[in-house]
Amino acid sequence: MSEQETVESTARRLGAFLELRREQIAQRWADAPLFRTVFTVSREEAVEACKAVVDALAGVASSGRLEDITSSGFDSVRDQLGRMTDAWTRMGASPARIADEVAALRSPVAELLRAESPDPAAPEAAEGLLAFTALMGTLRLVVMQTALTSGEELIERQRQQLLEVATPVISLWEGVVAVPLIGTLDSARSQVVMESLLEGIVARRAQYAILDITGVPTVDSLVAQHLMKTVAAARLMGAECIVSGIRPAIAQTIVQLGIDLSPVLTRASLADALAYALSRLGIEVSPRASTR
Amino acid sequence: MMAVPGPVTAARLPIRSDADLAWVRQQVRQCAADLGFGLVQQTKLVTAASELARNTLVHGGGGHVDVTPVTRGVTRGLRLSFADSGPGIRDVELAMTDGYTSGGGLGLGLSGARRLVDEFGIDTVPGRGTTVTVTAWAPGVPTARPGL
Repeated sequence: MSEQETVESTARRLGAFLELRREQIAQRWADAPLFRTVFTVSREEAVEACKAVVDALAGVASSGRLEDITSSGFDSVRDQLGRMTDAWTRMGASPARIADEVAALRSPVAELLRAESPDPAAPEAAEGLLAFTALMGTLRLVVMQTALTSGEELIERQRQQLLEVATPVISLWEGVVAVPLIGTLDSARSQVVMESLLEGIVARRAQYAILDITGVPTVDSLVAQHLMKTVAAARLMGAECIVSGIRPAIAQTIVQLGIDLSPVLTRASLADALAYALSRLGIEVSPRASTR
Repeated sequence: MMAVPGPVTAARLPIRSDADLAWVRQQVRQCAADLGFGLVQQTKLVTAASELARNTLVHGGGGHVDVTPVTRGVTRGLRLSFADSGPGIRDVELAMTDGYTSGGGLGLGLSGARRLVDEFGIDTVPGRGTTVTVTAWAPGVPTARPGL
């Protein structure tokens, strides 16, 4: 028999063993933390989940490709493994911790496997154990892969959410638009801000544009430069720009940093900026006489 | 849940991308708050850190910052040391001048950051890299410097 054939026949014997001892293995695994902490409703639930994993492993072993993490044998349990790693991650477990828990599944089955073999000293017994270890290594990788994939999906979702936060241009009055800026103003985002503000000025024929920076935690020289460029661009479009929401701590910092914001019209709050724009538009807002 | 002002531990943060800059700002703000810095002092230190970290990234080609809590008597402070192995600064005096820029900015990064902190040191070797170390003390009364 060639080495390849030996490996394949060992794998098939391992598959047969897993099918035969499915119930016993599932009973043992159901007490392992990996399953017990996730399937808390009932022990039966944990046992069923364990059986699904044993079946998948048996399928992979029978196919003879013990180290193939893309094996279709794992497809039936990928969702379940994903839910399990999600649950562990939510409990604050690191991928390394999850990997350790998967590794802990090996020894209960290895015991069974040893007890099963008629002659523990025979080369077949060692080969069987080796094959099983390789298979469990593959399972560990599959679990890691699902854990990392769900992490990547989370990051991608959050990135999309951040882009959605971007920058709405709000009409405050006829001829007055406002853009509330929130978070970090890096070069990419301030480019988006400038574009949407300029488009808003054209679309709404605004004469006054208010940039509110209440939600910007840090104004350093780059952010200030972006603000001044935006103001200059708005001016070229025929709109006067007002920067509002400069908090006291930021005002002091800007002065000490040496940034000269005097070319920029500033107001303490969005309300002040709107009042200024309205008064320049000749609009007077006053309480109704009858309600006084 | 309120953040418990716990012991601030020294940390080294990488500066390799814009996202790292945001992380540096957040970490410096957190450390400064834990050490009992007031809001104005926090904002100043974070802004100085933002300027210096951007210098490390843009002019130094990336590097790292060491954030270290320090004490002087009963006063607690935070020391930030920005290190890169970029081209270095040939004329430090010129680079420290308001309005001088080699990167198209406002030219206030180094000189502005110096005014925002209590202690400022710069160590640069042309061709070898630059290390800028700043310290802010809390709740310090910043020593008056002439010319401000």
